[in-house]
Amino acid sequence: MTPKSERKKYKVIGTRPIRHDGADKVTGRAVYGADLRLAGIVHGKILRSPHAHAKVKSIDTSAAEKHPGVLAVVTRADMPNLKNKIADLGEGSVNLAHLGANVLAHDKVLYKGHAVAALAAVNPHVAEEALKLIKVDYEVLPSVTWVMDAMQDDAPLLHNDVFTKSMGKRASKPSNVPTHIHFEKGNIEEGFQAADVIVEREFKTASVHQGYIEPHVSTALWNQDGHVTVWTSTQGAFTARAQTAELLQIPVSQVTVVPCEIGGGFGGKIAVYLEPVAALLSRKCGRPVKMVMTREDVFEGTGPTPGSFMRVKLGATKDGKLVAGEAWLAYDAGAFPGGVIGPGAMCVFSCYELPHAKVDGYDVLDNKPKTQAYRAPGATQAAFACETVIDELAEKLKIDPLEFRLKNAAKEGTRRVDGPVYPRVGLVETLEAAKNSPHWKSKLEGKHRGRGIASGYWFNIGLKSSVAANVNNDGTVSLIEGSTDIGGTRTSIAMQFAETLGITAEAVHPRVGDTDSVGYTDVTGGSRTTFATGLAAHEVALDIQRQMRERAAILWECEASQVQVEDGAYCHKDKKLTFAELAGQLGHTGGPVVGRATVSPEGASNGFGTHLVDVEVDPDTAKVTILRYTAIQDAGRAIHPSYVEGQMQGGAVQGIGWALNEEYVYSDQGRMENASYLDYRMPTALDVPAIETIIVEVPNPAHPYGVRGVGETPIVAPPAAIANAIYAATGVRMTELPMSPPRLWAAMSTGKKS
Amino acid sequence: MVRKTHVATTINGEPVEFLCEARQSLLEVLRETLGLTGSKEGCNNGNCGACTVLLDGQPVDSCLVLAVEVEGAQITTIEGLSKDSRLHPIQQCFLEDAALQCGICTPGFIMSAKALLDRDPNPSEHAIRFQLAGNLCRCTGYDKIIRAVQDSAKRMAGQNK
Repeated sequence: MTPKSERKKYKVIGTRPIRHDGADKVTGRAVYGADLRLAGIVHGKILRSPHAHAKVKSIDTSAAEKHPGVLAVVTRADMPNLKNKIADLGEGSVNLAHLGANVLAHDKVLYKGHAVAALAAVNPHVAEEALKLIKVDYEVLPSVTWVMDAMQDDAPLLHNDVFTKSMGKRASKPSNVPTHIHFEKGNIEEGFQAADVIVEREFKTASVHQGYIEPHVSTALWNQDGHVTVWTSTQGAFTARAQTAELLQIPVSQVTVVPCEIGGGFGGKIAVYLEPVAALLSRKCGRPVKMVMTREDVFEGTGPTPGSFMRVKLGATKDGKLVAGEAWLAYDAGAFPGGVIGPGAMCVFSCYELPHAKVDGYDVLDNKPKTQAYRAPGATQAAFACETVIDELAEKLKIDPLEFRLKNAAKEGTRRVDGPVYPRVGLVETLEAAKNSPHWKSKLEGKHRGRGIASGYWFNIGLKSSVAANVNNDGTVSLIEGSTDIGGTRTSIAMQFAETLGITAEAVHPRVGDTDSVGYTDVTGGSRTTFATGLAAHEVALDIQRQMRERAAILWECEASQVQVEDGAYCHKDKKLTFAELAGQLGHTGGPVVGRATVSPEGASNGFGTHLVDVEVDPDTAKVTILRYTAIQDAGRAIHPSYVEGQMQGGAVQGIGWALNEEYVYSDQGRMENASYLDYRMPTALDVPAIETIIVEVPNPAHPYGVRGVGETPIVAPPAAIANAIYAATGVRMTELPMSPPRLWAAMSTGKKS
Repeated sequence: MVRKTHVATTINGEPVEFLCEARQSLLEVLRETLGLTGSKEGCNNGNCGACTVLLDGQPVDSCLVLAVEVEGAQITTIEGLSKDSRLHPIQQCFLEDAALQCGICTPGFIMSAKALLDRDPNPSEHAIRFQLAGNLCRCTGYDKIIRAVQDSAKRMAGQNK
């Protein structure tokens, strides 16, 4: 909790102004990607593979090209031949040959839904009909969609040019395992020898989708002067520009990306899918081409996050001290290398002080869409495994699970298994807040009910951000930023700027710029935007303040250093001008004032959360009802508390969906069988209760206002917390996600008790 | 060329005429023909509710209504909610309660909430959750949306006194 004295320090931070883009979004005026209207626009559609794995022997587009409503057709033949070049996309890098082959399949299709060809037509209906005229000759190959099957020696091989890299060595034989990661700390054998109690369990999780309500959408115009403009729904305009330019093999200066309002991303709208295809179609037909995915395309062709197999072993002494931990994690990457095993392996033991630890992680290819980041990518699976074992260990030691966590919680000075040592972090504070919460203190009564607890961790990254500001003569400031706004960051950034400058949040007019209007800015992801772009906004406010002091000095014929800034006003001896008054005098003191800042904060900071949940399990149907839910998180400093709560609530409910319902259901032929919102069942308002929130504020030493990223941590704890609650209610330890009625019922019926 | 049908209807209180193909949904005509892009398409098969409009006062997924069906009907879309340059209380409460993050589902939620409050000015939390179960939101976890609808009910009751 923030002490009252600290809260008083701030005038804007910690308040709850109405978001700047609010009126546009509640009236339907905000322009999302699909809302774009341009003269002469035509509509593109993609032909997708019906097979999970097949050789593409030939593609015959002649009949489609003859259709009177069709304006252009493209296939792999229209894509530049890309080498195995690695492009840095800010939050991770990508092999361009793989990215290109994902956007339009080359020799093989690697999952059902893989894009094979595309065409543009006068309207979307004609485009859809004309797709049927494209004839593709496939040679169907055996497929594999479960991570452990894909690791077998006799598994169908996806790529014959992928060799396992492990500890700096490259294997001699191609395989479905591009990477093996290994982290070690202390001496694992010694650690387990010192343990009085050891618990080891195996876990499985299904693939889940990010589930954003807005399907992917892009419009491209390859103009007659050779310049390409792309209007798109993306988490990062500059990243979309880099990928589009690289895939088309044209300079980035030839591409402008205009980010439209974005209807959710959660990590799934960083890689490009449609942008380069729309551009190629536009080059052929000379008109703007709009492409909108169907919901089925979104499920089958984008996302998801990896399915996984995990083994976690933890040991503790009888007085409740953790001494050793070992994890073996295999996550699927989907059709191309580069899943999220890295952060999974880094995060698995991140909540605990473990003297001895060992983690092995495997990135595994299988016939699913190339997996993408999903809110704290890789951490939720790992936490499900670790936090369930922690719960079982506490039970065996007869120690309260909250006290057991407190006793072993990571804190300042704890070294994570992959190396970094934590600076000031707030896990202990979230656990103490949990202990003192009305929820934990309440009594849970009734049959078939249980309470669970789990903690979760995610780091927020720094990366590059640019912000520019123009002072208007009425004392307002236009703020131009490169970070796309998915959940209210215009406001959280503007508030930090306003606080520093001493003006109101309403006096700031934030705007997200296109790639020609603002400096390079990395993606809105990695819980970085309020942290890093907020830091840039703070610095641009200081830049404006410096210039305003110079202007006041001109008026008062003194040195700028003699002008004091008090409470946002500019003062010298008995003279005083408010920011607005001084802004009104810029015209005759040298002209406009424009500020700018770019930042690239090094390293990452750390966000911890602890979640509490009460469940009731129907003994006949095994349906789990969430009775009460509390999310507690260290936000460092909550800039706009309502939107911090919103992140915690939203992440918790995505985690509830992951825990109880959501999964990609695959047929034996590797086809997803539930590619609709009806069958891929995300939580509705009726499935969840109120989500109570407690914001803990342990300021981040690496930010002037102490901000920590808050977006991703909230999804990490829910599946484990719910599994622990189900155990408390039923005596059954669930080791598989989702814990849907059929799975839980089977476990309850066979009496799979620990 | 597919022969088009002439449809006369009323949208947001104004008489509107349009030509459409038999296969076109009301959502497609609203967005593509009439430029009313406030109704959103999230799934195009009636599962997400982002395209919710009021058809003769009833909330419907406009992606599941054929445009030719709305002859003579009264349609209200998100664009018709604010009057005289003032936001509707539901819109205002969504803003004050931070009931949106990305905002793509927001028009649909507001229209569903309006249908509920027109019918039941003082709904229970369960009634609100039941009514809104046809609208998916992936960002908010629904909590702040429920609070916004509760606050809207209070504010609307105050205005009607």
